This record gives sequence, structure tokens and C-alpha cells, in this order.
Amino acid sequence: MTSQTTRSANPTVSRVRLERRLEQPRWLQIMSPIILLGVALLFGAVLLRMVGANPWAVYSRMAGLAFGDAYGWSDTTLKATPLILAGLGVSLAFRMRLWNIGAEGQLFIGAWFATGVALHLLPETTPQPLMLLVMAVAGFVGGALWGGIPGVLKARLNVNEIITSLMLNYVAIFWNNYFIYGPWSQRGFGLSPQFPRTAWLPRFTDYAEQFPFLRGITAHFGIFLALILAIVLWWVLRQTKWGFEIRVLGDNPQAANYAGINIVRNTVLIMMLSGGLAGLAGMSEVAGVVHRLQERFSPGYGFTAIIVAWLAKLNPLAIVLVSYLFAGLLVGGDAIQPAGIAQMLQGVILFVMVGGEMLLQYRVRFGQV
Amino acid sequence: MAFLINLLSAGIRSGTAILFATVGEILAERAGVLNLGVEGMMLMGAVTAYGVAYSTGSAWVGLLAAAAMGGLLALLHAFVTITLRADQVVSGLALTFLGSGLSAVVGAPLVEVAQAPRLPAFNIPLLADLPVLGPILFQHNVMVYIGFLLAPLAWFYVFRTRPGMELRAVGEYPAAADVMGVSVYRTRYLYVVVGGVFAGIAGAALSLAITPLWVEGLTAGQGWIAVGLVIFAGWNPLRAALGSYLFGAIRRLPLDLQNVGFFLRNPTYGYFMNMLPYLFTIAVLVIGSREAMRRRVGAPAALGQPYVREERGK
Amino acid sequence: MSTNPAFEMRNISKRFPGVLANDNVSFAAAKGEIHALLGENGAGKSTLMSVLCGLYRPDGGELLIDGAPVDFRSPRDAIRAGVGMVYQHFMLAPSQTVTENVMLGLRDTPFVLNTPQLAAEVEKIGAQFHLPVDPHAMIWQLSVGEQQRVEIIKMLYRGANILILDEPTAVLTPPEIEGFFRTLREMAAAGKTIVFISHKLDEVLSIADRITILRGGKWVDTVANANLTKATLASMMVGREVLFRLDKTPHQPGAAQLALSQVQALDDKRLPALRKLSLTVHAGEIVGVAGVAGNGQRELAEVIAGIRPVTGGAIAVTGQDVTHAPPLARIQAGVAYVPEDRSATGSAPDLSVAENLALRAFRKAPLAGRFVLKRQLMQQQAQKLIAQFGIATPSPQTPSRKLSGGNLQKLILAREISSQPQVLVAAYPTRGLDIGATEYVRKVLLEEREKGVAILLLSEDLEEIFALADRIAVIFEGQIVGDLPANTADLETVGLLMAGEQVEA
Repeated sequence: MTSQTTRSANPTVSRVRLERRLEQPRWLQIMSPIILLGVALLFGAVLLRMVGANPWAVYSRMAGLAFGDAYGWSDTTLKATPLILAGLGVSLAFRMRLWNIGAEGQLFIGAWFATGVALHLLPETTPQPLMLLVMAVAGFVGGALWGGIPGVLKARLNVNEIITSLMLNYVAIFWNNYFIYGPWSQRGFGLSPQFPRTAWLPRFTDYAEQFPFLRGITAHFGIFLALILAIVLWWVLRQTKWGFEIRVLGDNPQAANYAGINIVRNTVLIMMLSGGLAGLAGMSEVAGVVHRLQERFSPGYGFTAIIVAWLAKLNPLAIVLVSYLFAGLLVGGDAIQPAGIAQMLQGVILFVMVGGEMLLQYRVRFGQV
Repeated sequence: MAFLINLLSAGIRSGTAILFATVGEILAERAGVLNLGVEGMMLMGAVTAYGVAYSTGSAWVGLLAAAAMGGLLALLHAFVTITLRADQVVSGLALTFLGSGLSAVVGAPLVEVAQAPRLPAFNIPLLADLPVLGPILFQHNVMVYIGFLLAPLAWFYVFRTRPGMELRAVGEYPAAADVMGVSVYRTRYLYVVVGGVFAGIAGAALSLAITPLWVEGLTAGQGWIAVGLVIFAGWNPLRAALGSYLFGAIRRLPLDLQNVGFFLRNPTYGYFMNMLPYLFTIAVLVIGSREAMRRRVGAPAALGQPYVREERGK
Repeated sequence: MSTNPAFEMRNISKRFPGVLANDNVSFAAAKGEIHALLGENGAGKSTLMSVLCGLYRPDGGELLIDGAPVDFRSPRDAIRAGVGMVYQHFMLAPSQTVTENVMLGLRDTPFVLNTPQLAAEVEKIGAQFHLPVDPHAMIWQLSVGEQQRVEIIKMLYRGANILILDEPTAVLTPPEIEGFFRTLREMAAAGKTIVFISHKLDEVLSIADRITILRGGKWVDTVANANLTKATLASMMVGREVLFRLDKTPHQPGAAQLALSQVQALDDKRLPALRKLSLTVHAGEIVGVAGVAGNGQRELAEVIAGIRPVTGGAIAVTGQDVTHAPPLARIQAGVAYVPEDRSATGSAPDLSVAENLALRAFRKAPLAGRFVLKRQLMQQQAQKLIAQFGIATPSPQTPSRKLSGGNLQKLILAREISSQPQVLVAAYPTRGLDIGATEYVRKVLLEEREKGVAILLLSEDLEEIFALADRIAVIFEGQIVGDLPANTADLETVGLLMAGEQVEA
């Protein structure tokens, strides 16, 4: 409680009060995410206990599954790939205080575009690199278009992008459903036919003949794309003129306008790039993991990406780390019943981080007020 | 004609949950706090209501429990955003994640439960026999009738009473309210929690009266739609009622159209019908935003901004 | 005027993180007295009065009302004890009516509001103290003068006996000030105690019975208003002698660098703010825009900078038409702009001092290539400007939000002037600065004038305009109603023009 909220309640006795720190010590800045993560896991443990589970068993099982051996790391890498891509996208929009929470829909539309290329636009005989390149471009464009809608509405008509981007998630999912049950369906089931091999992203296990230790490592080369883009984005934001514009815009839009930076154009551009990166995540999922378009191929990567981006404080390199952490949570969560545990823990972690971040800006003081 | 009566009646029924959530969010936003956790609070309300009603055998106890759960979750948001002054957008998102996950976890065993008690439905004597209007308006569940009263009462409260005036002032210019002795913190806490209570009730209305059952993700984005309707409503409860019922009708449309010849022959086109509520929300937002620009009825001026008193300002 | 103190503040101290805003200050006023509280910005006047009206709690000292000690926990406690404050930034909710604003926070009004009856009461009080205002009007529809009346009515309605007025004349025209002073004297005659916060010496001398001076958070002196001169007051306020005149070379205007003709623009409420305004500024001259706050000054500055759209007329910079050009084109045409709001418009608070210094020049060589920034050069450039303009900052990497107001203003000036502009728009460049920083800013403006820059100076301080400007353009309701040479203009004429009176040339 701060002094304000307790002031009228109990004014005369001496008590503890919180005072805002003027300066956060350096060690606290570095340690705070780790401390808060610990606190969040503690809260999660309490909740797990309340719903009748043994928290320590749950946690150690999850950790073991996700990071215990090479196969665990492979599964975790599989799930970290879309999280990094979508997380980079979300972070870009958040940087400008554009709350794009439509990454899930942008991911689905990206996957739809990539599927269209693999199954209907290019022949099976297309060389693999060309096929994958066109699929990636299509996935990016699809996501960019889907993200551009809320962007244009926000920039031109000042329509709240939170709601529009979220509503488009549902629209995207119904759009996909129409195709996988309708025109692109394989015998009326909720999935498309499998992609030709040329439209598969190479997996580590595909090289098991030369390198036997890679056998069973199903993680695919999408992770390289994700890592490269993380570094590129980090460099662009830091070193380029456009990156500087984005940072000014994110810090103070009014000052940006005054400095001659075009807000309308950058709003649309950023939302499109943000959606495009999420679209790439969708392409990487269909080309690298499921090899077809199907229902629910994403367990909410687009939503988890929001938490990832926020926890990484929008730093592209930190997004890679946090994505691995959350991918581990998903891998572990998959094997644990009931199914909502991973999502619940995500909520707890985000909450504790958001609230705790502020709490750490205060210092406890004792004494008379 | 029968089709239309059916649609409107069902629309009013299914719009009722959104109405409760929207009015609740209007109150919170009027106080200056954006709560994007409506979806999570509704889900927790729905699952709490269903579970408690099942285990106690009383739907009313279930409703009360849902209200309390909604209020409790909102209190968490209030603490994080008002006291700790964290970002309202992110805290609300966290609340929705938490609510969605937690409701799935605690609700898992409830999915198989056959039948929890429901809130009663009854016809209003005399009025229910009116032609056309009777079946549309007066042959409903008790929550629908409460909903009829809710919007005008909330409107009267906000615009015609002393506490309503203080509520508006806190959202518009908290410093002015503060120096006149209206506690900004207390007011904000109060209405954020009230908004949560309404969201909890909205969830209960779904699981105990409208749907009525529990499945994971029961709300299907209705909490988000409520947040969107607040803007369309221009923060006015009466317009919220209009939007909610219209919305309910649109949500019903795909179900009612299922048996129409065209959709029987092409069932996959139903997916496009399913998109309608969400596209409608976007359309409604565009209309709301344009209007807000034209007639100066925008969001409460201090919406989304934490209030700080004892610190060096400028 | 009786000798019983209406209130007494003893040894008040108030600390904020990093600042001691009030250091052992004592202050008292008698019933029926008009007591001026004088000091520079940052002297601790507002803090002291915030303690008196219950907004802040002091860290030390005591407060007595009518001789009895009190402990205010909130403004409501203070109001109940008869202390009411009228803030400089009015505490009125714009989208609510006058009556609603007056009633806000009253506990004894019924649950359901009886609007007609409440409105009648508001009207009655207004009539009693010559404060006419329409009780049903929305606040945003009122002029600032009317809003001030609402604030005063609000306090009187609550039975305030001690009225604190924070810089009340800043928003009024000279004739309005006369009327306002009459109202104050009437209220004092009716036994009310009035504390008048100001930093304007003339006004204090003409209205106050006694004057208390604060400096740097400390009490300096309390004196009766008799045989005082501006110079003595000023030296007490500043702690040294102050010059009221600046040395200036003769006026030698060059080519017309900035020309506005028949310019129209809307304000934030989408009401006309500039109504066919025409104005020309030549190279090597300072044109001072005088006017009561809210007559289109902000909009005038913003249309020149290109951050507010023009709805009619034309703007030309160095002969080029830029009427509808975006801000970037204005920057490239040679327009520099020192904005009114340093932190909200003029800087990006979390970016470093070096980055803020590069905010308008980062696109071109030498600071950038085609796509990539040259951080090294940006750094060197920043170091050069920091030294040249004496910006006190721990390092060029420090986030600009950590700078004091004066240093932030120096940063902005450094940035704008280093771009070697043809036209410089300076909006309230000395507002909120201490005397030292103010003198520095004025010196820099005169230097730029020497270099041949065309300068448009917006200021609420007529003394500043008279000291710096070569021509004085008076703005009223979005039009320039008078354009006078500064060396022959007199204060009275300018004052009348500011009030919208017709004056024979």
C-alpha cells in the first residue's frame, strides 16, 4: 500500500510506508526479472496447490520435459521459433505504444498465404529454396495485410487498435476454417492436404545420415530465421535513422511530430511489419512443423508472444531468451493435466512482472507520517 | 415474421451477458481505469457460478459467488494499476490470461457435469401475452429482466446523482475531484471492483441462464466485444443496451440461418456468418470513433492515466 | 482590517524527493487583509499554499486557523475550516456544467441532484460578489476569465473565509484585472482573507496590504505595502540587483523571412482559433506577440512549425510557400521552434541528451549517412553543444528527463539554434525559469537577432516583450489587432489592444 491509499484509513499510528526511489540501483535492474520470476512461480505454486496439484512435482516435471535432454531442447526450440518471430513483431508495435494483440490472427493469415503458395500457386517441382522463399514472402505479406488493417484504422480514424486487432483474430480463424473445411479441405476434415516435400523447412533430423546424433531432433531451420531477425531488428533499432525515429515515436509522439517524424505513415508501417513478423511465424509453423494447414495448429503463440515481448522489455535479444523460457513452459504444460495450467502460469507471471516492476521502484520506510 | 421475432428474442437473451459486462466496464472507465480483463473476469465468473451452483444446488448462490469472483479479480487489477500505477493495458491483458487459464484449470472437471441448476425463467404476467412484443421482451430468464432495468438505472446513476457526478469528475479531471475532497483512489477502486462484479455476473448469466453450461472458453470473446461496445456506446449505459442487444441478435444469426436452404446446401459458408459479430464490432468502433471526433463526446479525459498527488508535478 | 490572524503557519517544512521545497517558513494573514506572497518560480509559494489548503502535509511545523491548531489530511478538511484555493490551472472538469463543478464533492447535497435549485444558488452567489456566470454552461464553453469566476464561486459557496489565489491575473487582460481587483477589495472588505500569489511586482504593489517574500524555499521578509519600490521588492525576491533594461543594437530589419497572410486554424476543440491572421517577421528583428493567454498564441506557433493544420490563408518562409507542408519541410526550410511545452513537445524524456540534441538534425550529414546513424559524431556534436550552451548534465548519455527546466530549455535552444535557422519561433522561452536562466535565454535570442535571424517571440510577460522586441504585435481572438514599434509603444495602448479595444493609431 502506498501512503495515499492508507492515509485516511489509519492516519495517526506510526507505520510502514513506501517511497518512490529516485534512482534504481543497477543490481536491482538486472536482478529484478529473476526475482520477479521466482515470486511468480511461488504464486503459481499457491494456485496449483489450491486446485489440488503438487506444485513441486508439476514444476520439476515441466522443467525435465522441456530442458532435460536433447529431445526436450528440440521440442522447446520448436515452440520457441514462432514465439521469437511473433514476439519480435509484437515488441515492434508495443515500442510505439501500438497495442497489437492480433498476432494470433496475423499468424493464421500468414500460414494461409504460405499454404496457398505451397499447394496452389507454385508447382510441386519448384526448387526447395525458391518455394520456401516465396512462401516466406507470402506469409509475411499476409500477416502484414492483416496487421495493416488495425494500423490504417488507427492512423486514419483513430480507432482503438486493441479491439480491432483482437477481433481480427477471430475473423482469421473462421477464415482458415472455411478453407480447411471447404475449398482446400482433404475429404471434409479440418485440414488441407500435406505440402510437397519441397515446401518443408529442413529439419535437423533430415541430416541424421551425415550426423547421426541429429536423429529425432525435429526442430527446423526456422529457428535460424528467428535468430537472424532478432539480431537484425536489434541493429536496425539501434543504429539506423528509421530505428531512431521509432524510438522517438515510442517515447513521445508529440515530440516526434515536432521533429518532423511522420506518425501516420510509421503507425501503418509498424503495424504491417509487426503483423508480417507474426505472419512469418505462421509460415514457419506450417512449413516446419505441421506441413499442412489445419485447425488449432497454434496453441496461442500469438498471445504468448505478447507476454514474451513485455517481459523482454521489448528488447529483441531478450525476446530470444524469454521465448525459450515460455516455450519450455508450453512443452512442460502440454504433458500436464488439466490443460490450462501453462496459460494460467503465463497470466500469473505477467501479472507479477507488471505489478512487481512498479513495486521495485519503491523503498520501504518505517516511521511516523 | 416468426423468424424475426425469434431472432430478436434470442438476440436480447444472448445480448444480456454482454450488457452486464459493458455497463460494468463503462463504470470503471468513467472512473478513469481501463480494464481489458473483462474476458478473463467473465470466464472466471462463468466457471465459478457453474461450479458453486452445482455443488450447493442453488443457482442464486452461484450468481453471488460469480459476482464476488469478478470483484476479487478486478481488485487485483485495481491494486496493480491504481496503487502500483502499472500500465493499465498490460495489467488488463494479464488478467485476461490469468482468467482464461485458471478457468480452464478449475473448470476441467465441470465440463462433464451433467446439469447445474439454472437461474429461473418466467413470463411476465399480461405483458407476455402481447402480440410480437410479448415473445420478444417478456418471455425470458430473470437475468434478461434485470438487464432491462440495469441500463436505465446505470444511466440515471451516472448522470443524475451526486455519486455519479463524482464518478464522472474523477475520470475527467481527477485533480479537480481530489481538491474538492473526492478521494480519487477510493472512487477508482470502487468502480473497478463494481465493474468486475458486473463482469462476474455476466459470466454467471452465460453459464447459468443463457448458454447454460460450462465449456472451456465459454465466452468466445464476448468480454472483448464488451470493451469495444463501451466505445460505441460513448460511455453511455443506454447506448450500451442498444449495442448489446443488436450484438446479441447478430451473434444469433448464424444459428438461426443454419436451417435456411442456402446454408443447408453450403454449410461451410456458415464460417462467414460466424465472422459477423467480430466484423460488426470493428464497424461499430469505426462509427464510435468518428462520432467521438465529431461531437466532443470522447473517452473520459483521464482514462488510462494513473493519478499521483504527493509528488512534484510539472 | 483586524489584527487577529485568520491563519498562521509556523515553521513549515516540506520535502520532496531530492528537494526541500519549504524550509522552516512562517506566514500569517489577518482577517480582511489582502496579503501577497511573492517569489520567483520555484521559490516555494505553491508548495506553501498547498500545505495551507490541505493538498500536501508538511513534514514539520504547525498550522493554526483562528488561533486553533489544525491538522488537515485533505483539501476537504481545509475547505471545512474555511480555506479555499483557486489554482493557476483551474480545477474544473471541462465536460461538466458550472453547477456540477461548484457542487462537486459536497456531501450534504441529496443523492439525486436537484439541478434547477442548485443552479439558482450558484447564480445568487455570483450576483452577490459581482461574478456573473451562466450556471448551465459547460466549462469548455467559457472563457478563462469566466472559468476563474467559477473557481471563486466554488470556494465562496463552501463558505471560504480564506481565499488563496495562485497567479490569478496571468489569464486576464489589463481591464479585466482592474475589475478583478475591485472584486477582491470587496471580498476583503466583507472580512475575507485573501492570499495573492504572484511574481509580478506592479500588481502586488497595487493590490496588497502586506507582502511576504519567499526565496529558494525560505522566508525572506514580510513588509507592509508602504513606500516600497519595485527595485527593493525585486532585489528581495532575487537576492541581488536586477536590471530591467537590456542593451540592444538599433533595429535594422532585412528581408521578410516569415509571412503569414489571412491564416486560419482551429484549436483542439475544433473552434476557430486563428481568424485571418496576418503577420510578417523580417530578418534581424524580434517581433513580440503580446496577448492574453488563449487568444491563439499556441495555434500561431504551431501553424508555423507545421504541427497544426492550416484551414485557410498562406504561410511563406524565406519566400517559399509552406502553407500545407509537413513539419519536416518546415525544418528544411529553416524554421526553428522552441515550443511552449518543453517536456511534452520539445523533448523525448527517455532518450539521452545527445539524442535529444540530434532530434531535428539526425537525418542529414554529418550525423547520418543514407540509412545509418553516426553515433560517434552525434556524441561529439552533443559534447560541443553542451559546452557551448552550458547545459548542466552528468553526461551526454543521461536521459533528458533528468535535466532541470532551465537546462532542458538550454538543450532545446542549443538544438534549434545549432540548426542555423532563418526563422525562430520562441514560445514562452523563459516561462518557469530562474532569473539566471532567463537572462541567458534572452541574451541568446538577442545574439540570434544580431545574426539576422527572424524571431517571433511569444510571451505572457509584457516586460520581456518590451525589453526584447523591435515590434510588438498584439493578438486578440486570433487576429493581430495592433502592430507597434516597440520603442514608441506604451503599456497602456498595448493593454487596451489586448483587451480588444479599438485604439487610435
